[in-house]
Amino acid sequence: MDELKQVFLQESGEQLDALESLLLELEAHPDDETTLNGIFRAAHTIKGAAGMVEAVAVESFAHVVENVLDRLRNHEIAVTTELAALMLACTDHLRVLVASEAGTAQMGAAEIDAQTASLLARLRAFGPGGQVPQAPKTEEPGVQRIPSLQTGHNCWHISVRFGPEVLRQGMDPENFLRFLETVGNIRHVETLADRMPAVAEMDPELCYLGFEIALESAADKQTIEDVFAFVRDECQLSILPPNSKVNDYVELIESLPEDTLRLGEILVRIGALTADELSEGLRTQAMDDGEAPAAERHDKPIGEILVAQQVVQPEVVAAAVAKQTQVSEKKAQDAKLIRVPADKLDHLINLVGELVIAGAATSLLAHKRSDGELIESSSLLTRLVEEIRDASLQLRTVQIGETFNRFHRLVRDACKDLGKDVELVISGGETELDKSIVEKIGDPLMHLVRNSLDHGIEAPAVREAAGKNQRGTLLLNAYHDAGNIVIEVADDGAGLNRDKILAKAIERGLVDPDTHLSDREIYDLIFAPGLSTADQVTNLSGRGVGMDVVRRNLQALRGTINVSSQAGQGTRLTLRLPLTLAIIDGFLVVSANRSYVIPLDAVVECVERPEAEHERNYFNLRGQVLPSVCLRESFSLAGKRPARESVVVVQYAGQRAGIVVDRLAGELQAVIKPLGAIFRHLQGIGGSTILGSGEVALILDIPALIKISGQAEQRLLARPEQRSA
Amino acid sequence: MSVIRRAFAEDFTIYRVAELKPALIELLGEAERIELDLSGVERMDSAGCQLLMLVKREASAACKTLAIVAHSPAVQSLIEFYNLAAWFGDPLVVPAE
Repeated sequence: MDELKQVFLQESGEQLDALESLLLELEAHPDDETTLNGIFRAAHTIKGAAGMVEAVAVESFAHVVENVLDRLRNHEIAVTTELAALMLACTDHLRVLVASEAGTAQMGAAEIDAQTASLLARLRAFGPGGQVPQAPKTEEPGVQRIPSLQTGHNCWHISVRFGPEVLRQGMDPENFLRFLETVGNIRHVETLADRMPAVAEMDPELCYLGFEIALESAADKQTIEDVFAFVRDECQLSILPPNSKVNDYVELIESLPEDTLRLGEILVRIGALTADELSEGLRTQAMDDGEAPAAERHDKPIGEILVAQQVVQPEVVAAAVAKQTQVSEKKAQDAKLIRVPADKLDHLINLVGELVIAGAATSLLAHKRSDGELIESSSLLTRLVEEIRDASLQLRTVQIGETFNRFHRLVRDACKDLGKDVELVISGGETELDKSIVEKIGDPLMHLVRNSLDHGIEAPAVREAAGKNQRGTLLLNAYHDAGNIVIEVADDGAGLNRDKILAKAIERGLVDPDTHLSDREIYDLIFAPGLSTADQVTNLSGRGVGMDVVRRNLQALRGTINVSSQAGQGTRLTLRLPLTLAIIDGFLVVSANRSYVIPLDAVVECVERPEAEHERNYFNLRGQVLPSVCLRESFSLAGKRPARESVVVVQYAGQRAGIVVDRLAGELQAVIKPLGAIFRHLQGIGGSTILGSGEVALILDIPALIKISGQAEQRLLARPEQRSA
Repeated sequence: MSVIRRAFAEDFTIYRVAELKPALIELLGEAERIELDLSGVERMDSAGCQLLMLVKREASAACKTLAIVAHSPAVQSLIEFYNLAAWFGDPLVVPAE
């Protein structure tokens, strides 16, 4: 049961997400039939699933919602903003109900009940569907009610034996039964072919069929009889009204051609009688007739016979068959997807990581022994391991679109609250990245989107006055770039106000009033913790609250955030994140006999360092001047510089720099082992890895190194007087 | 145990049952377990269903097994409508495609 519930929680979560996005779509295109049907289906599925796990609160609430949706679908009521808002509120409430089912609700039970009542009251405005029913109106496979034996008493009982000639006359019993379904609800059918003679005499064109039917119907006897009007003369028909006396059934049994015991059994199965009632009835009957032996036979037998023959409750079988059919349909849809627990994937990735290390060790040994064949086979092995690594990392990737789509709701709600009109444009939703990153990026992204809506995009009137389209645009974009994923949040709002940020920063004592800062440095101030929460900076084009938290979150993912802005034109925030947290392709370099790894994605080329530039912090690459960082100097490594040094040209976010090293040692796959908390403030080192030889190599943090090398240059640009000095 | 499997593609209707009956009865004599593949049956009416019931009954009487190993939608629908699924005792799951 727990497992079933787990599935329910997961599925209803997905369905609720779908419901929400469809509702938002419906607001934009109120006449779209497909969307409406999708909404209805989602609500219906939630209800069905809730019924399966007996989540009564969810089921009954979803039922009312579904009723209103049904009326919507049948065009009995029209799509209005009010209704859409109510439906969204209902979706939220369903989420709460599901959460409370899981025991993770944020609200108290009383609060939930109050909300249920208030929503139901609002739903009632949309028609008679708005009452909580005692039982679902329609019988659907998901929540099929297995009729208890007692309900049979409330059904008409129809016994019909079709005459032999009906088939030849072109009348198929099936048609009559199907027609009967229009009169009422057939609760149970038993098909009898006991009259069918032995093979030799059996004429396949004659009809030997008979049926015992339990029909739930409000119709009168005449109506039911009329169903069989065409074959009235050809067949033997008896109809017992609901709640007939046991004796009536017994008489019926006697009057029919089949074996008494078998018929009794059938009636019990249909639910017209209970086993006790029947055996009691038959015994009384038999005693009246003075048939003692028969009485003995019928005395207790039915219950026992049922057990002895292991007759399964037909209701159960019917439900199982319906279920199987449903399963098979669902299977066909879902055959392409498998759900795998995340920890199994993590375990796989860990194993692949170890495999990479072990593979590197083997390849190292092969090279040491100079065994040609071994080298060849180990290089093949390495290639396969690489493929396995890529494939298994891909297993964890998901498209970012789902995360983006969640913001539709946020934008819509925020616009309502703020009185703004903003269109959310999403592109690059198919860009894939590691699931663990997606999970962690959601909150920072939400923060940025909120900021843009709140502080970035102006109110419609202000926009119009500025000669802009009243409707603001918020762009979410994602794409891959050199082993990173780039996510952009851009708006066409007022942009950052450089002077006010600077003034605020000086007031807060974050920067010295005399310092000269480049635009970039000023914009970077919005991430400074002091500036963030301190003031209600809303009018100041804001973008303060919690931005330092956003940046810290991103840094924890080895990502960065950049801001660019133009006054009056808008602001663009660019997030860069690594594709995965686990394994990278690396480039091994050596300085002072220590190994360092540069992420291969960042490497552009390698050149030899000219002797003449040994003492400078820049170098000349084919006429282009690039800043350079010498590892020996940066990390204060001991020992003498070698006669020949190499420069690895790296690139990050459009900036290039050179890293000066002693020696190049080739490519490798590095399994990233994060550094401990003690080394958190270490600049320029992103992590460590273990080489095939067992030696530890540090992984260089290229963005940080480029920043270090670039900072000096930026200062010089901002203070031209120093340069001349 | 001998097994025979036979696929039928003709309609199980009143128009064909006269030919089908001898064919099916003959089949009973050929093996201990008779498997019918009815996935190609496009139509089935009560006469066809009744014939299947006869064959099933005769098989049981002769202590043989008659199994319908594949149902077409038409066959499945009628058997379910007549509530005979349990009586025939064949699994009705349509394989996922």
